[in-house]
Amino acid sequence: MIKTLQNRFEQGYRTSRYPKEPIQLPERYRGRPQIVPDAPAELAAHCAAACPQEAIDADSKRIDMGRCVFCGTCERLSEGRFVKFTQDFEIATAQKEHLITDGSLPALADHAKQHFKKLFGRSLQLRQVSAAGCNSCEADLNVLATPFFDLARFGINFVASPRHADAIVVTGPISRNMKTALLQTYEAVPAPKAVIAVGSCTLSGGPFRGSPEITEGLDQLLPVDLFIPGCPPHPLTNLHAFLSFFK
Amino acid sequence: MRTDFLEIGNGKAVDRDRIPHLAFDDFRSQAMGIVDGGGKVVQYFAYEDSGGIKLLAVLRTDRLLAAGCDAPEAYPAMSLTSEPFHLFERELAEQFAIRPEGHPWLKMVRYHPNYRGREDVFGNNYTEDIPGNYDYYAVDGEEVHEVAVGPVHAGVIEPGHFRFNCIGERVLHLEIQLGYQHRGVEQLLMNVDARRLPIIAEGIAGDTAVGHGLCYAQAIEALTDTTPDAGARIIRTIGLELERLQNHVGDLGALSGDVAFLPPANYCGRMRGDFLNMSLWLCGNRFGKGLVRPGGVRFPMTDVDRETLAGRLEELKPQVRHTMELLFATPSVRARFEECGAVSTDDAHKLGLVGPAGRACGIAYDARRDFPTEHYAQLIIPENAKSTGDVYARARTRADEVLQSMDMIESLLKDPVQTQCDLPSEFKPMSSAMVVTLNEAWRGEVSHCVLTGADGEIVRYKVKDPSFHNWNGLAMSLRDTGISDFPLNNKSYNLSYCGFDL
Repeated sequence: MIKTLQNRFEQGYRTSRYPKEPIQLPERYRGRPQIVPDAPAELAAHCAAACPQEAIDADSKRIDMGRCVFCGTCERLSEGRFVKFTQDFEIATAQKEHLITDGSLPALADHAKQHFKKLFGRSLQLRQVSAAGCNSCEADLNVLATPFFDLARFGINFVASPRHADAIVVTGPISRNMKTALLQTYEAVPAPKAVIAVGSCTLSGGPFRGSPEITEGLDQLLPVDLFIPGCPPHPLTNLHAFLSFFK
Repeated sequence: MRTDFLEIGNGKAVDRDRIPHLAFDDFRSQAMGIVDGGGKVVQYFAYEDSGGIKLLAVLRTDRLLAAGCDAPEAYPAMSLTSEPFHLFERELAEQFAIRPEGHPWLKMVRYHPNYRGREDVFGNNYTEDIPGNYDYYAVDGEEVHEVAVGPVHAGVIEPGHFRFNCIGERVLHLEIQLGYQHRGVEQLLMNVDARRLPIIAEGIAGDTAVGHGLCYAQAIEALTDTTPDAGARIIRTIGLELERLQNHVGDLGALSGDVAFLPPANYCGRMRGDFLNMSLWLCGNRFGKGLVRPGGVRFPMTDVDRETLAGRLEELKPQVRHTMELLFATPSVRARFEECGAVSTDDAHKLGLVGPAGRACGIAYDARRDFPTEHYAQLIIPENAKSTGDVYARARTRADEVLQSMDMIESLLKDPVQTQCDLPSEFKPMSSAMVVTLNEAWRGEVSHCVLTGADGEIVRYKVKDPSFHNWNGLAMSLRDTGISDFPLNNKSYNLSYCGFDL
């Protein structure tokens, strides 16, 4: 007993005050990419050619955050003169076309569906479906339940049954072998329901695009309400997305 | 015994002409001889070569041994007497339609058509979604019942199907059917543009991004005769140890949660996050994605980085140690951990268990000590072998490794680390070569094997996650165990679905 108490005191109080107080992520964290508008065209073309995800359109000088895995190759190559990854983690969007960006993003809260806020603002139950996710998106969703993030204090929980859920949170590039199970889970969620796509794989196929075994984008199968980019998205990106879109 | 198998080095490229090409019968009998003498299978796969199909086996004793042969269309299964080949033979049948005759459980592994467009060995029709045409282990008896779980599980976790044959609450047998996560990784690695390779490698299993990323990078380095500098090797070692800490600490917390002792469950959840944030500090990604690339690492370890990471570790170390002490000193935890889901040393050898799961059964093998890469040759890696093979032994092994990893990182952060982060962006692998890389990631031995063709192009990329060996260990643990102890056993292994399914 005394050991349990000693441990408790040593551990202290750990819950973050976000979103009331901002959080600064470390310098090397790669959040929202910012394009330098007057970067030379050849530099843009060079970065586009080197991008492993073919996420950069050199002509329009835009980057597709749905394809991007935030590896930072373009930033290294251009030494920040074409792309600079900021520490801004609030990068989810309500529309797929908003993912294609020069660095400016519309405020997510302004594009949220108002009836969702009314329905789910005080209580949001999520059913997570991993459809060939590599376990990093899953892990950084799971971590929202730990004391630092403490998702439950916002009335948001992950639940075991789709019957208890208001939304499904999908991760992974939706393998052929998981497609049926995913669609059945979606069917089992009572309407009205929301669909949240988490991570580069779910948004575009991510690193696995081109494989005949996967689907390149959940929006080909289901009506997606919320797009959360990243490889994986930082837990705060997920948290910000849930709070802005539903609260 | 005499063998024609060639000794090779971990992460050392070999001219493919030097790999002994044996007659199939010699290949089979010698491979079985090595494994029956205590050897283990690191890789055993097929590949296409000048119109024909060839087999390649990489086995490990205290050395790495390789040999190949022409693949027959069918052959007497090695698994019949030499169990460690069991899953490898099923994989061969699935990928290349090579039939191991008399295989005791010839069932598809991941559910996909074979690479050669041949008639399916399993009689599956792949236009149909899973479940296809396959049987499960069945137990007959009036009071025997089956419990089917998954593919979608109750938590935030990857998918897989578990089929329990039970009598009352006692599990007679558990069969684990995976494949739901199959993304076609090996085919992608052979066919995509080289710049995509590291991104795919780091996504094979996202919780082992550094482990798989290292195997990939070391393979390319061997094939291009590139040597990372000493600083990069230290940073890579720190990256791999941080990955071990993140996962072990998280799982020990989850184990505590599974036996309803909530304090360590919460503390470990938070402390795991702190270790993830150390990787974030180092390379901008909590899972270490983007840290390792062929030639070295992409981020330096400045003195500020060293001091920051050392400072965080200094604060965390006593907290972690005290939480482990609390966990293992609590009678209600010990009562549930001890004698739960035990696997005997003999069974562990036959299953070919690796990593902490193997060490918990008394198999001391640790690739960091036996086939060291990076900075490991300069470090002391304790044996960590336990004898009981139960949940307690797996948890204790992992807790010991947590404490050791913290010491290792602490010592590596003591001295300044210099590295050259300006890495080459293009590589030209040598022609007609083969390389095998092994690293001890947190689940155990990760291995990649790459074969190049006449122009240095990749003609075969074979990936093996430690989960490929260990899933059957979990099934064995459940034999004669209460079904309510399944979550506890599952978490004590915490195996990768996508690493297995590829």
